[in-house]
Amino acid sequence: MCTQSVGLAAAVFEERGISTACIALVRSVADRLRPPRALAVPFDFGLPLGAAGDAELQLRVLRALLALVTEPGPGPLLREYR
Amino acid sequence: MADFATLTVRYRLQMAIYPWRRLERTPWQPLRVPLQQARIALVTSAGLYRRELDEPFAQMSGGDPSFRVIPDNVEPGTLVVGQTSHAFDHGPAERDLNLVLPLEPLHALVVAGEVGSAAARHLSFNGSITAPGRLVRRTAPEAAELLRGDGVDVALFVPV
Repeated sequence: MCTQSVGLAAAVFEERGISTACIALVRSVADRLRPPRALAVPFDFGLPLGAAGDAELQLRVLRALLALVTEPGPGPLLREYR
Repeated sequence: MADFATLTVRYRLQMAIYPWRRLERTPWQPLRVPLQQARIALVTSAGLYRRELDEPFAQMSGGDPSFRVIPDNVEPGTLVVGQTSHAFDHGPAERDLNLVLPLEPLHALVVAGEVGSAAARHLSFNGSITAPGRLVRRTAPEAAELLRGDGVDVALFVPV
């Protein structure tokens, strides 16, 4: 449910001039919703940045998320985190 | 990848019959400044709130669409993982809030010069919103205006 909620909110933010990127925990939800920019991650519910205490992994995921906002549009843009 | 099949039967049934939304049109705001100059805000759906300062999120029909403001210099120990959904284990986020509100990684990117600055305020929603009309029409626009007033260029959304 959270993947849909953040995607809907992100669309509202974009309409008001803020660039956004969303983590997508459930790819099928992001596929259907089509938020502006989404990063499908291979992590379970409750673990959007990967793992507790793994600062290096969290940093890598955040960098990958940020990289989406530098990609040319228009969206929707859905990328896989690898 | 999170999989609905890992949830309890009750949640699986709920997800199976839920009318998942689709945006009629996907808006697109190009990045206005180079990332190295951009101000970045985090928006979590983990239901975080500040103990003794904020109201907890409410259990209500369709989900609580309100949001809480999290200052960039918040003391992590004062934050509560208040997600009203227990479809997932709250334990990892309670042990390491960066998992759902990655403030330390963001600050590391600021120090490294990879982004311009962290926003003065970040936001927390309770993402278990099955009836998103109030979110889309009222609270998300309010949240966006708040961040726009803070000069935010980019908002990064973190679901749980």
